[in-house]
Amino acid sequence: MTPFDYARAGDTAAAVRMGSVAGARYLGGGTNLVDLMRENIEQPASLVDVTGLGSAIEERADGTVWIGAAARNTAIAGHAAIRRRYPALSRAILAGASGQIRNMATLGGNLLQRTRCTYFYDDAARCNKREPGSGCDAIDGFNRIHAILGASVACVATHPSDMCVALAALDAVVHLEGSAGARTLPFDALHRLPGGRPDRDTELQPGELVTGIELPSLAFAARSTYRKVRDRSSYAFALVSVAAALDVGGDGTVRDVRIALGGVAHKPWRAHIAEQSLRGQPATEASFRAAAAAELADAAPLTHNAFKPELARRTIVAVLSGLTETPMKEMAP
Amino acid sequence: MQSQTPIRPSLFDSPAGPNPLDQEHLLGRGIARVDGPLKVSGRAPYAYEVHDPSNTALVGVLVLSTVAQGSIRTLDAVAAEHAPGVRLVLTHRNMQRQGGPASEHCKPQMADATVRQNGQVVALVVADSFEQANAAAAMVAVAYDVKPALTDLAAGVPQATVPPPRSPSQPVDTNVGDFAQGFAAAAVKIDATYTTPHQAHAMMEPHASMAVWDGDHLTLHTSHQMLSTCAQTLASTLLLRPDQVRVLSPYIGGGFGSKLVTYADAILSATAARQLGRPVKIALTRPQVFGQTTHRTATIQRVRLGADADGTLRAIGHESWSGNQQGQTFYETAANQTRLLYAAHDRMTAHRQVRLDLPLASSMRAPGEAVGLLALECAMDELAERLRMDPVALRVRNDTQYDPEKGPSRPFSSRRLTECLHEGAARFGWEKRSPVPGQRREGQWLVGMGMASAIRNVALKPSNAEATLDGRGILTVGTAMTDIGTGTYTILTQIAGEMLGLPPERVVMQLGDTDLPEASGSGGSFGAASSGSAVYYACAQLRIALARRAGFDPARSRFENGQIIQDGRAVSLASLAGAQGIAATGGIKPGDLLKKYAQASFGAHFAEVGVDADTGEVRVRRMLGVFGIGRVLNASTARSQAIGGMIFGIGAALMEDVVPDRRHGDFVNHDLAEYHVPVHADVPAVEAYFVEEVDPIANPLKAKGVGELGICGAGAAVANAIYNASGVRIRDYPMTLDKVLAGLPDQA
Repeated sequence: MTPFDYARAGDTAAAVRMGSVAGARYLGGGTNLVDLMRENIEQPASLVDVTGLGSAIEERADGTVWIGAAARNTAIAGHAAIRRRYPALSRAILAGASGQIRNMATLGGNLLQRTRCTYFYDDAARCNKREPGSGCDAIDGFNRIHAILGASVACVATHPSDMCVALAALDAVVHLEGSAGARTLPFDALHRLPGGRPDRDTELQPGELVTGIELPSLAFAARSTYRKVRDRSSYAFALVSVAAALDVGGDGTVRDVRIALGGVAHKPWRAHIAEQSLRGQPATEASFRAAAAAELADAAPLTHNAFKPELARRTIVAVLSGLTETPMKEMAP
Repeated sequence: MQSQTPIRPSLFDSPAGPNPLDQEHLLGRGIARVDGPLKVSGRAPYAYEVHDPSNTALVGVLVLSTVAQGSIRTLDAVAAEHAPGVRLVLTHRNMQRQGGPASEHCKPQMADATVRQNGQVVALVVADSFEQANAAAAMVAVAYDVKPALTDLAAGVPQATVPPPRSPSQPVDTNVGDFAQGFAAAAVKIDATYTTPHQAHAMMEPHASMAVWDGDHLTLHTSHQMLSTCAQTLASTLLLRPDQVRVLSPYIGGGFGSKLVTYADAILSATAARQLGRPVKIALTRPQVFGQTTHRTATIQRVRLGADADGTLRAIGHESWSGNQQGQTFYETAANQTRLLYAAHDRMTAHRQVRLDLPLASSMRAPGEAVGLLALECAMDELAERLRMDPVALRVRNDTQYDPEKGPSRPFSSRRLTECLHEGAARFGWEKRSPVPGQRREGQWLVGMGMASAIRNVALKPSNAEATLDGRGILTVGTAMTDIGTGTYTILTQIAGEMLGLPPERVVMQLGDTDLPEASGSGGSFGAASSGSAVYYACAQLRIALARRAGFDPARSRFENGQIIQDGRAVSLASLAGAQGIAATGGIKPGDLLKKYAQASFGAHFAEVGVDADTGEVRVRRMLGVFGIGRVLNASTARSQAIGGMIFGIGAALMEDVVPDRRHGDFVNHDLAEYHVPVHADVPAVEAYFVEEVDPIANPLKAKGVGELGICGAGAAVANAIYNASGVRIRDYPMTLDKVLAGLPDQA
């Protein structure tokens, strides 16, 4: 770990001022950034601790829910309104990491965590995300946990977050504050596909700070869930995960649906194609299967993750089928 | 308290007669670990936590090679040398003279510019603080001339060689009868090949050392399972006399075989401390543990079984290929247990070695059996199905009471395999298992049961101890034994307390110090038997000395409640000890009973798993192991050893797989986030039960080994349960969901 400065921000303006200095990084719970600093992958000149900024979780009169960026994962997952109105989000958070890590980790930090690609973490390996232009050791290496959708010849890494998959499905809105002022981004526009610039995970401008997210009023999200498929029961990243909400009309057709996938791409993968193909269709397993197949049609697996398209298809079908059951089927997290 | 007189160990060459341990007043009871309060309150210092009294210790950080084969072309340490706080940068250019050549007990570091593996030390940076050393270590720039590396076991099979025998009692190959003919003539045959991956020990405590010099005498605080070999390695590598080296390792956060070897943390902390004239401490980081230390090699195993229609085995063949670095003699003895487990007239076993340019392969918990049974016991399951026979009944049918290779002249010292199988089947509800796979479904779960036999060979090693009783009636027992988390402190306390009639709180155990009498160390499931026997003999001598001092007949006196009693007369031990105290030594020297008798611990594993019909995820629902381990020394720690081994078995079956990168020759998933071992949520109800057994042929304790038995066969029981649940037969461990998914039908 190389020496660095540390300062705790008293308010958002001060945070943005300090965070806009070259080499500065915002520090949330530190559960990812500090690990990367220990491995010399991240070498910030200064850390701006933003855990003292807004951490409120509140239901607003317009039906939206606000979550401050400093809210801890544990607090979000356990919040009564989140559990009642957006169970997919609560379940996604609880499916991630460990209790100790969730107690430390913040919403803002979760959005900005880096990939768990083993070659990104190993500074002896080539990695375009860590060192642009150096090459990618994952493409011809051990790539079981890597992407099957939206990858590029420069990078096949996946985004590791569970929470973000649920937020992508729920159409969350990300609130940002930078030296040029405040702005918002639809959640699906926050994270990038790698293309030729895998070193850039998100569309954030230098120094821009996530201040919170807004969950839209989405009544049918009360019927939503998150299913994480992994190699052991806990403390493992998703091989594939599915966040979904389903609204079935009285006539048995799909009125509306939200689906997002984790473990398959450089970003939480909003399954627009599947959603499109399902709206107005009967809420049957045949429809789910067709929608899942359409979404995965362009999947491009690597040497060690050839199982992922089929796993993703089956998991989508299982999750949507579970959401049609009354009462909603309880699935393994 | 170094012994003044040489210890005269007792030759153990005939079965033990009745002795005071048979009372089982204290022995066998599941008393809590005597070192437990120290550990849970953080007061048991592990090697890296030991405080150097002079408070001047410097901190070293290792720089490891990042290529598998080649040589260092350039190494630039200038920036590191000038970094803040840096006191020393050692490389192959400025290393002190060391012993050589490299061998099992000589571990020179940075002796030249040749790179023999990824994870070899290329530089050591010593600084005032860990952070300074770590930052400077990152500044050491190394460029390599890279040579191609062999990293794939299967690709190397055509070039496999015959390794040298491990010992006269462990030939590389065996042939009894005529396997080819017996197999060809068998009515029912299985011929299947199984593969197991590289595995890592993944012990909690990383390897760490602190070296302190006093003149030309070295004291090394370290984490090591076998202190005498650590001291020997230090002496031969650092060109010291054995009496110049003292090794301390009183608390060890797990070893599983990894800490049988002495690594760079030990050698280089000593080297740097000598050069700098100050104590130096070095800990491996978790990723460094994977490259710098040993692992269990991958294997490819072909098992052939030939049976009569009634299940009687006619022919058993087991061949294994495993990998290691060029010149290394360690190979995975995966076929060894097949020589002993089942009867059959015609039999063969063979081991071959493949050169792999990976980190060093060596012992990991139950080397041989742990992976050998993953193959053999799956093949038995496949045979049972082909025979339409219950898997338990097939094993009972082929049980034997003598070494099947040597014949009735070499009986087992004790073997209750059939009892374990029947007891386990009854307790587990085995009769509810459907013989046809894929029949039981609960929601999304396909549910099935599997079982496997367990066997682990028994060993006995020379070991010594001293016992001193003081005027307060406190018994202090010292031996250079280690407790790697198994409960050694506790069972030795019980043995000593049983012998002298003292409660545990009046016994003080001193372990982990080479100034104490030389001991077996911990490994190969022989630690309790060997060091326990030494404590037994030392205490037996002390009983004689105390009886004589009391004027009693040693043969007729009893020791109870801190007193020696004979003919109604009782004298307190404290008063006999007096102000000067009274001391005795003892030790065990194994005789030839292991030649005359086959000796092994046995057991039976039962597992129930659920397979997710949508995703192929496997989750163990419950497990039971029933074991015959001779006398149980402590019901609680024995159970912990057994279920800990079974949990290793869950890991081996379902997830453990340290993956080599074929280009760089390192292990890609070199941390505990990506090298998966079972977490609590993967470990449901796991129960262990011990059948009544005492084995006077094994040792005076009449106990056999338990530390490794739990893993032996456990993974195969899980694998067989996966097949019974889903109908998917996988022969490639670990049985991750992708392999299951490939065999599952379309979603229903």
